[in-house]
Amino acid sequence: MSNYIDKSLSIANPNPHNLGLTERLAILSGLLGLTIAGLHAGGVSFASTGMTFTIAFTLMGMSLLWYSYQHYATKKAGVKNDGVWFSSLASRGVIGWILGIVLTGFYVLLYWFPEVLGMGKAGAANTGIISLFDPLSNVFHGKPASQWFMYGTMYTFAILFFGIKFIYKYRQNRYQVIRTLSVMFFQLFLAYLIPEILSGLNGGFEGNWFDMDLKNQWPLDYDFAQQWHIDNMLSAGNIGWFFFIWSLLLVFVVSPYLTYKYGKRWYCSWVCGCGGLAETAGDPWRHLSDKSINAWKIERWMIHAVLLFSFVMTIAVVYSYLGKDPSKYSLTQTGFTLIIIGLLLALAASYAFLQKKNADGNKNKIYLASGSATLVAILLGMNWLFGSGNAFFLGGDAFKSSYGFYIGALFSGVVGVGFYPIMGSRVWCRFGCPMAAILGLQQKLFSKFRITTNGGQCISCGNCSTYCEMGIDVRSYAQKGQNIVRASCVGCGICSAVCPRGVLRLENGSEDIFSKTDEYKAIHISNEGVKIDLLR
Amino acid sequence: MHIAIIGNGISGITTARWIRKLSDHKITVISSETEHFFSRTAMMYIYMGHMRYKETKPYEDYFWDKNRIDLVKDHVDNINFDGKTLSMRIGADIKYDKLVLALGSATNKFGWPGQDLNRVAGLYSYSDVENMERHTPGLKRAVIVGGGLIGIEMAEMFRSRDIPVTMLVRESSYWNNVLPAEESHMISRHIKGHHIDLRLSEELESIEDDGNGNACAVKMKNSGERMKCEYVGLTAGVHPNVQWLKETMLNVEKGIVVDKHLETNIKDVYAIGDCAQLSEPRPGRKNIEAIWYAGRMMGETAAYNICGKSVDYDPGIWFNSAKFLDIEYQVYGDVPGTLHDYLSTLYWEHPEGDKAIRINYHTDNNKVAGFNLMGIRFRHEVCEKWIRDGTSLQEVLENLNLANFDPEFYKTYETLIRKSFSEQSGISYQVKSKRILDRVTAFLTS
Repeated sequence: MSNYIDKSLSIANPNPHNLGLTERLAILSGLLGLTIAGLHAGGVSFASTGMTFTIAFTLMGMSLLWYSYQHYATKKAGVKNDGVWFSSLASRGVIGWILGIVLTGFYVLLYWFPEVLGMGKAGAANTGIISLFDPLSNVFHGKPASQWFMYGTMYTFAILFFGIKFIYKYRQNRYQVIRTLSVMFFQLFLAYLIPEILSGLNGGFEGNWFDMDLKNQWPLDYDFAQQWHIDNMLSAGNIGWFFFIWSLLLVFVVSPYLTYKYGKRWYCSWVCGCGGLAETAGDPWRHLSDKSINAWKIERWMIHAVLLFSFVMTIAVVYSYLGKDPSKYSLTQTGFTLIIIGLLLALAASYAFLQKKNADGNKNKIYLASGSATLVAILLGMNWLFGSGNAFFLGGDAFKSSYGFYIGALFSGVVGVGFYPIMGSRVWCRFGCPMAAILGLQQKLFSKFRITTNGGQCISCGNCSTYCEMGIDVRSYAQKGQNIVRASCVGCGICSAVCPRGVLRLENGSEDIFSKTDEYKAIHISNEGVKIDLLR
Repeated sequence: MHIAIIGNGISGITTARWIRKLSDHKITVISSETEHFFSRTAMMYIYMGHMRYKETKPYEDYFWDKNRIDLVKDHVDNINFDGKTLSMRIGADIKYDKLVLALGSATNKFGWPGQDLNRVAGLYSYSDVENMERHTPGLKRAVIVGGGLIGIEMAEMFRSRDIPVTMLVRESSYWNNVLPAEESHMISRHIKGHHIDLRLSEELESIEDDGNGNACAVKMKNSGERMKCEYVGLTAGVHPNVQWLKETMLNVEKGIVVDKHLETNIKDVYAIGDCAQLSEPRPGRKNIEAIWYAGRMMGETAAYNICGKSVDYDPGIWFNSAKFLDIEYQVYGDVPGTLHDYLSTLYWEHPEGDKAIRINYHTDNNKVAGFNLMGIRFRHEVCEKWIRDGTSLQEVLENLNLANFDPEFYKTYETLIRKSFSEQSGISYQVKSKRILDRVTAFLTS
């Protein structure tokens, strides 16, 4: 109905309240920085590469700070969603679509055609945009940049500066401020500086690189169990062993414990890099996630299918190389098969147990999940009995390359970030991330975390659902007075932040861990005096 | 049995949903406002661009078919109570076995000259927000007449588009017939802080016609000032939307008079929500409560009675909430604008003047009676239990943390509040409970 929607091609939303002169100037100076970088990529340089890099990124960073200050800090603290659905950029207008296409294109080039971005092939010097990052790469590693160094630098830059913007925007909400400082910290130090410095100090681990991001964990880090990765780790001495053991601890001890205590938010919206980018740079598009029940159905099938795929892929990969070189690893194929079968059956059993114990335990879910775990176990066992050295009769390489292409690159990269302006900021986290799937199962079945609804205060306005980046229809629970326990909830806390009536609170409690959404909670506070049984 | 419900607001829809939970009766919901139920309280956010109309619908469109609730977008012109028939403006007559009137409210107009001009409207129905939208281009100033909750919402809406707003408020301080003086002053300050031209102790004299039937200026009663404006918002309250039923056999006073089962003087005809007037309201409560929560509770109660379970309407302990621009407001229990003589009050305000807590208690026995919260969230269930159980002020102070519902990591003010309250009341205390959900759960289930 609004005749106010701006679908024009203007750079900025013409709503004067949303963008004043100073904000436009700030945006322009940021675009100037982008242009300088673009000109360099096109071969036009005014200064040395190092100087151009410094000028371009300083301009972009400063303009973001200036914009954020003008746009948020000069106004009273409060919910800042005025005009969101009128903005071409934020509500799938022309600008939104253009940005979506540009981002998607960038990711396609990054993954499959880095030479178009200027990646020097076979020792040739970098050109284009990648060469802009050579001076910085030289500082860290004493060698020119790779496309991944460029990407990591841009990624970190985005989380830091859009993080500051986010903090300005939500400055009245300390949960948001602290959470954002946390993702900024983890990205800057754990994902970027420490690995870059460590690999720089160790001569770049030339030819035997391994992942030194302390927070990255399997199955999000799907390369972890690959032969080259394990080999590189174990051949890197103490530091390699440290990362190897830490990675196992993280997956099997630290992560389950923290998820039990705080829900999956400890990772997804406090630590994770994908989550970090979604929460900061992706924040303007969080409301674009689909809230329909159909989207939820697709989500459940898709994310668990990816989880299964990542399990199978990892098992196949490990199994294959254990066979190839029996002298090298103390673990044999037989031993590995037994361990995995045991693990899978234990998982299936505990899933069934927890699902049953939970208030809304569902038989079909139990059959489906336990069934697929058992099926994988049976396949593995048959394979060991009758198969060759390959797992699942196919071999690790087939699984690895298709997983890497479809999930690792296409889904998490191209779709995951490229589609921010079209499908919202958490497409990957919601539909594809196997890590989110595992943590989600645990959150749903065995975690203290829930979002509490405050009695009967909900007015069904819909702000919570609208601004849920994971597409959860928060209102459908809140208006019933029911607590919210959803596998997909990353605990970003925005529903609580935008609620105009103080209805939602993220909480941890152990007292009612298996009945967090029980009927006694669901009984409406207003039903005093009408607490009688339903007729059927 | 066929149950017809006129009105698809929160009251009517709640009735429909609960009838469906309780029975297999045929249900028809009739409205000429919108095809589907939407959240009336969220209308402001459509204009402000926080949500689209689509997002304000609490149920997806498939919901109604799935639950066999028939929706009819039409207007009821007449009701034949004897023949149990509705005559419709567009479609064929609808026969019913039981009828629920959930007609809502209409904007108050006090006979001001020019009150029916174009560009003059309240903010109650969906067409009102469409009207605001239509007249927004070229709008240089809006004048809002009346101070209550709708007035401040409308002011916030216009301010979100940078449109200058003048608010004429009859009272000497914003909403001080409901809010105690301190809270009322806080909100008055906050309104001015948002660059809204708040005129206290001022009333509307007349609205001027620009010659084409559009409002172009208002004249104020007390100052005599004339102010140019292109839109006049009428927000001096609402009244039950029952004018069209006054000449029927239905017992209508200010609203449709209902008994404790929400049934009218005519058998099988019920009235709920804003349009209902309780013949015997609970002590301390008004006979017409035009708020969301009352509508929802009435809707549920009516459903029980319609489905053969006799249930009295009992809204329990009073609660309400609102948001004044950036300041959230919650109230539980007995917190009148002017203190009753049997009550005493404790009030703490943050030095920055945007957060406050008030606790009212019975002077003679120290039992807590009510809570007023500004900019701080409290747990509904905890406050309600304290009030219902007649918990002593001392015990409440000692366990104040149990009630805090602000998000994690928020600064807590309990220590300051306790200190201040203890100085005011002379009550000493020991801190007992921390703000841990397990303790709250244990307390609530105890």
